[in-house]
Amino acid sequence: MKQGVSMASSEQTLAEVLDLASKHFKVSRDALVPEDDFFEKLGIDSLQALELLSRLENHFRVELPDYEMQGVSDFKTLAERIQERL
Amino acid sequence: MIDLSQHTSLGSALRAAFERWPRETCLIEADREREKARFTYAQFAERAHALARAFQERGFGDGHRAAIIMTNQSKWLLSAYAILSRGGVLVPLDYKLNGDEHLQLLAHAGADVLVVEYPFWRNMAGSTAAGAESPDAARPGLVLVTEAPPNADLRGALRWEEFTGAEPPDFVERKRSDTACIVYSSGTGGRPKGCVLTHDNYLEQCAALTRMYPFGPGMRYLSILPTNHAIDFMVGFIGPFVCGATVVHLRTLRPEFVRDAFPRYRITYMALVPMVLKNLERGLRARLADQPAPRRWLVRQLIRLNRALCGRRPNVAISRVLLRPIHKAFGGGLRMLFVGGAFTEPETLEFFFDLGIPVANGYGLTEAGTVITVNDMKPFRSDTVGKPLPGTEVRILAPDAEGIGEVAVRGRTVMSHYLDDPELTAETIVDGWLMTGDLGRLDAHGHLQLFGRKKNMIVTEGGKNIYPEDIENAFVGIPVKEYCIFAANYLWPERKLGTEQLVMVLRLEPGSEFNDALRQAIETRNRKLPDFKRIHGFLVWGEDFPRTASMKVKRPLLAEAIRGEGAERRRAVVMI
Repeated sequence: MKQGVSMASSEQTLAEVLDLASKHFKVSRDALVPEDDFFEKLGIDSLQALELLSRLENHFRVELPDYEMQGVSDFKTLAERIQERL
Repeated sequence: MIDLSQHTSLGSALRAAFERWPRETCLIEADREREKARFTYAQFAERAHALARAFQERGFGDGHRAAIIMTNQSKWLLSAYAILSRGGVLVPLDYKLNGDEHLQLLAHAGADVLVVEYPFWRNMAGSTAAGAESPDAARPGLVLVTEAPPNADLRGALRWEEFTGAEPPDFVERKRSDTACIVYSSGTGGRPKGCVLTHDNYLEQCAALTRMYPFGPGMRYLSILPTNHAIDFMVGFIGPFVCGATVVHLRTLRPEFVRDAFPRYRITYMALVPMVLKNLERGLRARLADQPAPRRWLVRQLIRLNRALCGRRPNVAISRVLLRPIHKAFGGGLRMLFVGGAFTEPETLEFFFDLGIPVANGYGLTEAGTVITVNDMKPFRSDTVGKPLPGTEVRILAPDAEGIGEVAVRGRTVMSHYLDDPELTAETIVDGWLMTGDLGRLDAHGHLQLFGRKKNMIVTEGGKNIYPEDIENAFVGIPVKEYCIFAANYLWPERKLGTEQLVMVLRLEPGSEFNDALRQAIETRNRKLPDFKRIHGFLVWGEDFPRTASMKVKRPLLAEAIRGEGAERRRAVVMI
């Protein structure tokens, strides 16, 4: 499974990040774009952002320390951080 | 507990604890579900002494300054004790600052040593402190990096894990009036506010707090706030240690692991900030809502019964029996939560109280050595921030008809001064009274109620003080004549806390109009800021800003002019 995931392209990772955020926070997928600020768009605080990170870790089977989220506020950068560890 | 009156320094009090409870566990470090380290008091002392000896061999000692930039973990406390036992001064820095900000504060503090986790050291590589000529200009002479990968380029720094000495170190005594810590309450990008706190400040604070809420061997404190946070330094390090209790460090703030830690380590006490408390509330409410209807009804009845039996005085023994599954989820040993650092909604405090989990709401300032007031639960009150700690005096200056005025504080926990800033010190400590800049009222029972702020700042739910002038640099280059940022509550005081917003006031170039390009320029820069530092709206102002002879904006005068235009001007704020 991990091997399959690691083959994912950046675009695929980004699409999966957006899918998961939309599902977890019950926001229409069509309303989300990569450059969106997820704090604003999802109406979440930094702890809820960490919850999202945990979901993403389970999905992609990677582990990201909390500090990896420092300074990250848009889906695109978040997907890049995940992609770096796949 | 250790009799703190017999000690003149934090190092001395901690050393006494290591000798008194050698076999008790003092520290557990957990990362997610994994336990990474566990120390008895004797083991902790042994490891810290090896570090202290290495410091000694490098000439580190009496009055030298050592900064720490680390997440919540055991090496923070080990390094802190090693520094204090050598008579050094601790400079705890917020790891959430960026590399430039770290270097700026290191330079301001004049740190001789830096102890830093590898990722933050890596982030500093391309950074330069404001005003410095090169990245290395602010770099302390000795840098110890923890947990660096085997092949990492450490740029001349040493590995913390290898920095040890074999011989026992010499303990350096300090006087109560000596500086223990320099703690920055704000000032990145603006005027650094380095609070100089003495050993006397901390020992008095610790004695007062542990008298109200005693720790002891077998009790476990869950620490999730970083130790650089004033609350955690006191109640998640010094307090439990001098009482022989155990600190459980969790290296993540992830809500699911915080929830797991309660039963896993059978936690007794925990201090948190409102954002974390609200997250726990949200999780509990969701779990209760998921229960089948008859079970929800039953829980409601048990909550009513708990309320009837306990009244306004918490009785955890009764609540644990009545609301067993909820208390079991918290480990079954939880006595109380402490919340502070920012405004907490009374509804949240009542929610936990109804479940038999008392939350002691407190109020403090780094300048006052952390805690000024805290609820004593006699009885529980959700509408106040409690009574002054023993030994701390609080008075309300120039109270209005409703008794509301500026809160002033006096006592042995009030800091000595701001580092290298006599002017700011003179404005802040007047005739021995610390001017908090907060507006409050003391009620007939001696409880303090807060009603907003006199000073231009906001406090986030995460307990961070944000001063508008510290953010202004982030907007350099926007195409306007001038701009200035204010706390909304400073421009338009509301006599309440909880709505913390920042507003940018803009003076456009003559003949220009506000347009999409300008809006875009502001929003792009705003997004680059951490979420808790962002502005919430802007206001176009039609006149040049008043300035001093040295061209600094006269903020109070500008605020007064804006305020003078009343509610209509407030409605003109364009929200982002």
